[in-house]
Amino acid sequence: MKKNSLDKEVLLSRFSRLNLRMDGEELTEQETALYDRQIRVWGANAQRRLTKSHILVSGIKGTVAEFCKNIVLAGVGSVTLMDDSLVNEEALNANFLIPPDENAYRGKTVAEICCDSLKDFNPMVLVSVEKGDLSARSTEFFEKFDVVVIGYGSLATKKAVNEKCRKLSKRVAFYTVDCRDSCGEIFVDLQDYKYTKKKLEEKVECELNFPSFQEAVSVPWKPIPRRTAKLYFAMRVIEVFEENEGRKHGECSLLDLPTVLEIKKKLCEANTVSESHVPDSLLERLITGTIEFPPACAIVGGILAQEVIKAVSGKGEPLKNFFYYDAQDGKGVMENISNSFTS
Amino acid sequence: MDQQQQQSAIQGAKVLMVGAGGIGCELLKTLALSGFHDIHIIDMDTIEVSNLNRQFLFRRSHVGQSKAKVARDAVLRFRPHINIRSYHANVKNPEFDVDFFKQFDVVLNGLDNLDARRHVNRLCLAADVPLVESGTTGFLGQVTVHVKGKTECYECQTKPTPKTYPVCTITSTPTKFVHCIVWAKELLFAKLFGDKNQDNDLNVRANKAASSSKETEDVFERADDEDIEQYGRKIYDHVFGYNIEAALSNEETWKNRRRPRPIYSKDVLPESLTQKNGSTQNCSATDGDDSTTVSAMPLLGLKNPQELWGLTQNSLVFIEALKLFFAKRKKEIGHLTFDKDDQLAVEFVTAAANIRAESFGIPLHSLFEAKGIAGNIVHAVATTNAIVAGLIVIEAIKVLKKDADKYRMTYCLEHPSRKMLLMPVEPFEPNPSCYVCSKTPLVLEINTQKSKLRDLVDKIVKAKLGMNLPLIMHGASLLYEVGDDLDDIMVANYNANLEKSLSELPSPVINGSILTVEDLQQELSCKINVKHREEFDEEKEPEGMVLSGWTQSPATNGESASTSNNESAVDVTESSSGPEIASKKRKLSETQPENHKRETENVESEDDDDLVEIENPMTVSKKKRVA
Repeated sequence: MKKNSLDKEVLLSRFSRLNLRMDGEELTEQETALYDRQIRVWGANAQRRLTKSHILVSGIKGTVAEFCKNIVLAGVGSVTLMDDSLVNEEALNANFLIPPDENAYRGKTVAEICCDSLKDFNPMVLVSVEKGDLSARSTEFFEKFDVVVIGYGSLATKKAVNEKCRKLSKRVAFYTVDCRDSCGEIFVDLQDYKYTKKKLEEKVECELNFPSFQEAVSVPWKPIPRRTAKLYFAMRVIEVFEENEGRKHGECSLLDLPTVLEIKKKLCEANTVSESHVPDSLLERLITGTIEFPPACAIVGGILAQEVIKAVSGKGEPLKNFFYYDAQDGKGVMENISNSFTS
Repeated sequence: MDQQQQQSAIQGAKVLMVGAGGIGCELLKTLALSGFHDIHIIDMDTIEVSNLNRQFLFRRSHVGQSKAKVARDAVLRFRPHINIRSYHANVKNPEFDVDFFKQFDVVLNGLDNLDARRHVNRLCLAADVPLVESGTTGFLGQVTVHVKGKTECYECQTKPTPKTYPVCTITSTPTKFVHCIVWAKELLFAKLFGDKNQDNDLNVRANKAASSSKETEDVFERADDEDIEQYGRKIYDHVFGYNIEAALSNEETWKNRRRPRPIYSKDVLPESLTQKNGSTQNCSATDGDDSTTVSAMPLLGLKNPQELWGLTQNSLVFIEALKLFFAKRKKEIGHLTFDKDDQLAVEFVTAAANIRAESFGIPLHSLFEAKGIAGNIVHAVATTNAIVAGLIVIEAIKVLKKDADKYRMTYCLEHPSRKMLLMPVEPFEPNPSCYVCSKTPLVLEINTQKSKLRDLVDKIVKAKLGMNLPLIMHGASLLYEVGDDLDDIMVANYNANLEKSLSELPSPVINGSILTVEDLQQELSCKINVKHREEFDEEKEPEGMVLSGWTQSPATNGESASTSNNESAVDVTESSSGPEIASKKRKLSETQPENHKRETENVESEDDDDLVEIENPMTVSKKKRVA
């Protein structure tokens, strides 16, 4: 099922990588030259771990296209793309991986087109396409990967895949990302995660425990601190709306606002918080701004890639567990949301 | 509707990008995707392999080609109908004058050096065109907005200039590895392989009355038939053995300092290396190899640039590299300057620096590390550049819409500060003491009898003031200027002036004199009040002159006007032309406590009214610093 690239350069570099992996696991001369500037940032060990990592990405729009570009440049081992939607004019917006040549993309899926473009950025990375429905995959399917990223997924898919990842004995890092209008949300689940970080010239061993996706989106609203990003709540409202109405990401308009506000009202009541907890104006933005804003894609895609790189390399404090960006106030904030508020 | 207003502002905009590298590639892509369709881009560089980890518009096959041109071609592939004009040129060229800048609605910088940034800042001020500045180093990044009259200009807060070291530290008393690198690169490498006519301080010692310089100068001359290895060992012994012993003979120097130990090749290396790994004539590199592939490491079985070599290995590399220069690259000797992409040069400088470090008890470094220091390499990743590019476009759009209230300086942090990884801060008002945008005079303390005009021009006017084509006047008297239209007599006159001390100039510059210094291209003019001073501390004031007049930027925040210590550790990117990498990985909150406090006030007022429905959250913040 995986497309095997017959590019000579890829084969050669993979061969040399394989040989050296068995020896002292040194980076090849080619890798050292290409990755020089980033090795100076995160070190050779981290780079080695990156080149052995396998990333699964589903749902490719602007932000995820940016993310893929970043991790391919960083030199991960492989990227497996899942997106069976056909290329159309809307897909061209904010996704620079799709050349605007109808002859080139007609009949092809978004994943297929993006795959070709991404390979170009770094022949040393194996980029391939996986067809089919992500939520229908067995638990074993996910074992092949070190990282799973779901872009613009439905509530059901996000929950199901996260559960499967958590069932595996191997730790699979799980991320979701969603961008609407000029906002973005990233969710991170690294389960029980050990990492090293620098503290006053010394390296310190740390551990974090991440809540599952299910837990993180079901946290009662009342105990959550007042200053938490409004986007957290707004996104939960949108999630419920899309699930109830059977809509895909972005399949909404101003006409849906009354329905959305109704859902918000119910959620606020159920959580015994005032309706002002979720600004109407924000919800309106999220359902009318269906086209992604390219600068926000670059920002959120960049942050997501940094997180994945950190998780794979085991170096640096990871984001826990939500990240929100809103171009309107210009802030990029981390929110730690779990059931610990209730205790 | 806001969206439509935004779209029309974007579509009508003519944008100038300066820099098509790490930030530039990401920026051009994001601008194109965002609907910009009239973009000009200037970059003087060509593409290198080390760019490819992040400058994603370039491919291996593009190495050697113009960055601006290739970036343009790559973006046109996914946005064929936009207008991109590329210039493979230095932005400091006279063709990019004020009239050139005036045609743009906004200028976006993606530069990697302070010099060019200051130059563009001045032109934007002269042309009255808003400037969005940016920089990245590793995971840190920032985007700042500069609008004449409304916000600070780029130079309102002093930026750290590249670090320089006192000559004596380099030649006689190194204490850090970087001192050894500078010695190896600027002195030894230059002496052996560089321009022979250049002054070189290699044999300068604290005790200047030492043995005749003629004798020691001859050491570096190599007779045509002199065995290369013997020559190499002779040089080795001279710089690491003899010179050190000579330095040790001056007791004063070492009273409170650790004494270096002399190192001689016979104590470190076997008598002859030729038998060990085959003579250079038999080495695997053929004569047909171009100079870039000749390398000492493989001949010595050294594969890993991150490995730490001991004294013996460094010495072997030293001799071998020197041998290879003479055996394979003889033609270049006498014309070489250090280039970080010249593998053999890097090997030589690493080895030389390490042996010197060993001598002075300074920890040794790997080739990888040494190369970074010697080459002023800025460590860089794609993600930070992508984030910064997104932020630049967002500010550019605000500028085009003239949404002054919304202008922000945004900082990308490695560790969250009060939950923020991306921290927006309101810009400051212009600094009334800024000599660039507010015409305040500067003060120069200098020995007017000893310092020459040349020193003033090089160290102050060009280096510190960042003027490219300066003009210096004292009252009505023109002391110095540069230009194409000068006749020979004038040029001779100015050259003569350069060699005179200030007090000896035709119009004597003494204590109390006021100089006018101008750069016509930058349309910058400033006054310098000269103060005579006899003595300068060799260690703290190595240049023998002190320029002052940057007062701290007033920290006005509505009512609370506290004077803050606005150190610009904020400027996180600087691949300095000096020896030290100026990457300061300090958190914003650590270095700008005053700013931080003010920021808190801003942020809290926005979040305060959680329980009340806010129509537009953006109208809440009232503590503006920008009118």
